[in-house]
Amino acid sequence: MKFKSVFDIIGPVMIGPSSSHTAGAARIGRVARDLFGKQPTWAKIHLYGSFAETYKGHGTDIAIIGGLLDYDTFDERIKTAFEDAEKAGLTFEFIPETAHTEHPNTARIVIGDGHQEMSLVGISIGGGKIEITELNGFPLRLSGNLAAILVVHEDRSGCIANVANCLAKYDINIGHMEVSRKEKGNMALMIIEVDQNVETHILEEIGALPNITQVTRIAD
Amino acid sequence: MEFLFHNVRELVDLANKEQKLISEIMIEQEIIITGRSREEIMEQMDRNLTVMEEAVEKGLKGVHSKSGLTGGDAVLLQAYMQKGNTLSGELMLDAVSKAVATNEVNAAMGTICATPTAGSAGVVPGTLFAVKNKLNPTREQMIRYLFNAGAFGFVVANNASISGAAGGCQAEVGSAAGMAAAAIVEMAGGTPEQSSTAFAITLKNMLGLVCDPVAGLVEVPCVKRNAMGASNSLVAADMALAGVTSRIPCDEVIDAMYKIGQTMPTALKETAQGGLAATPTGKWLEAKIFGGSVVGSGN
Repeated sequence: MKFKSVFDIIGPVMIGPSSSHTAGAARIGRVARDLFGKQPTWAKIHLYGSFAETYKGHGTDIAIIGGLLDYDTFDERIKTAFEDAEKAGLTFEFIPETAHTEHPNTARIVIGDGHQEMSLVGISIGGGKIEITELNGFPLRLSGNLAAILVVHEDRSGCIANVANCLAKYDINIGHMEVSRKEKGNMALMIIEVDQNVETHILEEIGALPNITQVTRIAD
Repeated sequence: MEFLFHNVRELVDLANKEQKLISEIMIEQEIIITGRSREEIMEQMDRNLTVMEEAVEKGLKGVHSKSGLTGGDAVLLQAYMQKGNTLSGELMLDAVSKAVATNEVNAAMGTICATPTAGSAGVVPGTLFAVKNKLNPTREQMIRYLFNAGAFGFVVANNASISGAAGGCQAEVGSAAGMAAAAIVEMAGGTPEQSSTAFAITLKNMLGLVCDPVAGLVEVPCVKRNAMGASNSLVAADMALAGVTSRIPCDEVIDAMYKIGQTMPTALKETAQGGLAATPTGKWLEAKIFGGSVVGSGN
């Protein structure tokens, strides 16, 4: 069941005109910001399928920028996101692509700030619900609806068990988990969707475990 | 996490077995799945109801979209109704005008509550605030209206689609109209089975509806299709309450809708490449709004 809550159907409360092209787009932008962990200074946004065809009329572009500025779907500031981005020192570029993607509403967001760079692919599956399908080249499946944490780590034995043990210690139940790596023994990634919100001190504890590089919380 | 129902048959059977309203089954499932309290869940739906109410009010005062394609029709309809000489009746036109009002607000980038999507956000509140004048529901009954609608939308979203890009307008306005019909039946005192019938009749009548927005905007024909969805749901609710049944079971209608959506050409699924969007006037409007040439259109 992709849709779990009745509020996925009666909701979200949002700025019009399109749940998949506006609200979903804002959510993809916001998840990207959450994962980046701070305000990016530049963004390159590639749009595919229906996003590429119709983004101007749906405000998909201002919604994604609004998301990158940490605006929620119902934040009226989405309407002035372009101007707000300029004030916040965020430059951006939209690139409509013709390549065929698995889902008709797909965006690839590449953001950075001079020190770091991040790339994320999100799809808007209808009614404002989204899924993140790729992060920095790692394929994954993240619904953006449950609270989730992202752990970048060295590909060493025991890493996954340590993180799971830490969550278990605080009675946090794992709803969905994905583990992937680029090459054996190289950088790896854990995406853990959890039923409860993970408090900051738990994140810090996970971050201090051996071979863990980065821990990020993705807002519920 | 175990869902109480996965399809309409299970939903209706459970309501019958436990002698509960469909809205109550939806509330109980929400409590189980999210672990949130009943109070919290009712409060959130109350807030969504308020957003809907405010959107209707705003639309009835008159709003216009940036493109200029839509706006002001809700006002025209209300003025027409006040002359007291309507053909389809006051409640029907009230629902239609309030559905249109909501979608005009949506097109103008105002605040709305998606039900189940933004493009179809007018049908459920439009019918609710029209039927309200006839049935005089309590606030809780109005909130329950949304839970009943949500239960049917939940089934469609998980077993078929509620997105125009994936399933055509039948998946958006079709689902919304079915949801409204089912909720009207519960508010009017009908049985869970009759809610299911009203949903099935409504969706059957909207099967095959393509998503062909002019210039890719959620305006033409989306706003008027919400009017059609609202009227369709009222008629279907009356039919179900009269005892008319659906020969094709509700879940099979939903499945048929899904399969029609899968076989529908991409040009007719929100890409603005076919249907009304590809008409000479549709292309002309697109060029007028976004600039550029209409040469080579209809691709």
